Order: sequence, then structure tokens, then C-alpha cells
Amino acid sequence: MPLAVELRGVSFGYRPGQRVLEDVDLRLGEGEFVAVAGPNGGGKTTLVRIVLGLERPSAGSAQLFGEPAHRYSGRRALGYLAQRSTAGGDAPATVREVVAAGRVNGRRVVGRPSREDAALVAEAIERVGLTAVSDAPLRTLSGGMQQRAFIAKALAAQPSLLVLDEPTTGVDAESQESLAELLADLHSELGVTIVYVSHEFGAVEHHVERIVLVRRTIVFDGSPHDLPGLWHDPAHVHARQ
Amino acid sequence: MLDSEFMRLAFAAGAIVGVLAPAVGFFLVQRRQSLVGDGIGHVAFAGVAAGILLDVSPVLTALVAAVLGGIAIELLRSRGGAAGDQALAIVFYTGLALGVVLVAQAGALNVGLFQYLFGSILTITRGDLALIAALGAVGLAMIAVLYRAFAAVIIDEEGARVAGVPIGSLNVTLAALAAVTIALSMRVVGILLVAALMVLPVSAAARVAWSMRSTLVLSTAIGLASALSGLTISYYADLPPGGTIVLVAAGAYLVALGVGVVRGR
Repeated sequence: MPLAVELRGVSFGYRPGQRVLEDVDLRLGEGEFVAVAGPNGGGKTTLVRIVLGLERPSAGSAQLFGEPAHRYSGRRALGYLAQRSTAGGDAPATVREVVAAGRVNGRRVVGRPSREDAALVAEAIERVGLTAVSDAPLRTLSGGMQQRAFIAKALAAQPSLLVLDEPTTGVDAESQESLAELLADLHSELGVTIVYVSHEFGAVEHHVERIVLVRRTIVFDGSPHDLPGLWHDPAHVHARQ
Repeated sequence: MLDSEFMRLAFAAGAIVGVLAPAVGFFLVQRRQSLVGDGIGHVAFAGVAAGILLDVSPVLTALVAAVLGGIAIELLRSRGGAAGDQALAIVFYTGLALGVVLVAQAGALNVGLFQYLFGSILTITRGDLALIAALGAVGLAMIAVLYRAFAAVIIDEEGARVAGVPIGSLNVTLAALAAVTIALSMRVVGILLVAALMVLPVSAAARVAWSMRSTLVLSTAIGLASALSGLTISYYADLPPGGTIVLVAAGAYLVALGVGVVRGR
């Protein structure tokens, strides 16, 4: 299976002497649906930022689809949901405006949207079930619907890799379950590689093929079925270390 | 009122600035940089003083100083390790101090300087108007071309960065656009009030608009209406035009605030 992500011996600190990540090896194949879990402060978000080329490792190497992550040439096909629950700015951005932002990338900075852009935006909104509220300001929608809008934004870019960082923060249990089902559908229908980052993986545990537990380094990497019972609560990972 | 050429020129310049200032201000406000206009305005003050001292067009020297100041704020913020408000303060106070020193050197603490500090829209010439129209058209064209990219950064900066959008270049472009707008607007409302015309119409529009695009359009409409009605009021009530225009914009904000409260927002 061709590799979407390859980290070799990655260590990282935001300042000299600090070790947020240490000697991380990780290989994710194209088309995998992987949950990255671990405690808050365990280095999950840093790991994701290195995968996406937003940070460069202090030691080791990070590659995206066979290229160095920080100068990956296919950035327009990366979908990323940072930790957030709403759009920036005071202006009331609508669902359609948020999703349309997903069509802007390093190669499409200037000019007006094309018909293809409009069609892909409408298709992405429909796929996440927000067509009825596409012209509503995002801030008037529930937390779960706002996250769906940002997933649609990522989908509008026709991503080969979709990374979601704590997408269920502030979202009720029912919406978490429906979000997990939506991601599972996207994975099976579009074959997109999905990396789902969370401090707990309850909602997606039944859908992912692989779970990676991170606490400064990788402490577990395998099928959810191979996780010992206690380890389903990431808090116990520390006790076992 | 429009029989006099100076009023026709004033209305034309006011209309251009009334549209351009909130159009650029829209992006500054959304990026939490509402006071950048003030910082750049104080650097423009140093530029005006340099122009008086060197006996060249103060508008031209203010334009150059404002663009350099705007880019300096952005570079200090993004690469110099200074937080956004610190970068603004450094450029703000340096510009003001430089302006004070240059003004003293030029012996120009007089009416000639005051027309830049408080505006002098009634003294605008055909040459001034041509410059305002030309640079105003360039500014609006750049906004039209870059709107989607600016909007994408406002909505989700980190997502835009991952997608390869050149955020640093866009920020420098926005700073330069703000600087040009300030240099053009200082004859209309004055250096001390120019930032108000970039912020008040946008804040008013955000209270009643229903989308990002409608916020931008409403901002420019409120800016235009403020400039034209402010000029009209100042003509009949014999008030300073710059201050009157800004007070009308502040009134529009209060009305929008009331409408927003009534509509439950």
C-alpha cells in the first residue's frame, strides 16, 4: 500500500531541551482511517502539525505522499480541521461561504469562483446534510452542524488526506456518533485517508481500522480489537507506562 | 450646494474614500486589526512632516511612509517576534515621535499641518481628486481580485495555511492596501480620524448583515452614506467635514446596534 504519511525517528520541542515528541515512527497507508488518541498535552496536535508540514521535526524526517512534508507540492488536496467550533472574524459567514473557502489554495489565490467550484461546494454541503441551511450564518447552528460545515469545507478541496483535530469538542454525544458515521461513509465511498485526533476515541472506535496512542512517543499502534480493556480509557495508558 | 466646484470635488473625493476605507477596513476588523489604521496614520503624519520639510508633496511622502509603516507592522508581527499590539505600538509611537521632530525642524506647526491632521476636504484640487480616483480604483480592484483569499484566511487561517495559501504575502498586501487608503483619506477626514472610517461602518454592518459578503457590501454603503450625508450636514451647519462624517458613521453604528438588539443579535 503506498504511504500517505511516513514519520521516521521524529523528535520535536517548541524550545531547546523540550521534548514534546520523542523518536516517533509512524506509517499511514493511503486510504486508511486512523484514530490518534492520547491524553491532553501528550503531543497529538504537535504530531499532526508535523504530519501537515506546519512544524519541522527537530530530529528525524516527515514525509507526505513521498515528499518532505514542509514542502509538499499537493497542499491543495489536504483537508484540515484545527481545534475550533466556529469561523474566525465578526462577520456572519454562512455555511456556503465557509465551505467555499475550501476551494482556495496556493494555486488558486486570485480570481472569482468557477462553475466547478460552485458545484463542488454544493456537493460537499449536500454530503454532510446541510443543504437546507447552506445560506444560514454558521454561528446560528449547533456545534455538531458547525463541525459538519468545516468537514464540508475540507471535502470541497477534494482531499487525499483529511485530518481532524479534536472535532468533537463541545459536541453532544448524538452528534459525535453521527459525525463518526459520516466519516466512515466518506472513507468507504471516497477512499480518502482520514486521521482522527482526539483525547478519547469512543465515537469512532467502531469505525476505524487502527488506533495510535500517543504520549510523547507512540505507546500503542494497532487494531481497536487488540486494545486491552482498560486501555480503551486513554488515562490508563499512563498507568501502564 | 453643488454649484461650487470645491463642493463637487469634495463630494467626489468623499464618495471614493467612503467606499474604499470600509472595504479595506472590513478585512482589518475581521482579522482583529482594527487599530492598524491608527498606527499607519501616525506614520503618515511623519510622512506629511517630511514632505513639508523637504518641500515635496506631503500626500506623496505620506503615501510612501504609510506603506513602509504598514509593512513594518506586519513584518514585526509575523517575523520580529512582537505580538500584534506591540508591533502596532512600536510603529505608532515611532511614527508620532518622528513626525513631531520633523514638524519642529520644518517650523510647520501651523494651519498647513492641521489640514492633514483634521482633514481639509474643501480644499481638494482636481489633481488631488485624480490621484484619489486612480489609487482608489487600484485598491478596489485588488480587493475584488483577492476577496476569496482574504475571506478564506479570515474564516480558517490554519486551514488556509495547510492548503498552501501564501498568508504572509496576503498580510503584507493588506497592510499596503491599508496604507494607501489612509494616505488617500487623510485629506478627507484627517489622519486622526481616518481609522474611524475604516472601522465604524464595518462594525455597524456586522450587526445587521446576514453573510460575509453582505457585511462587506453594507460596510461600503454605510461608509458612502456617511461621507455624503456628513459633507451635506457640515455644509449647511457650518461644521468641520471630517469630524461630521465620522460622527454620522458613529450614529450609523448606534442605529445598527439598536436594530441588532431588536432582532435579538
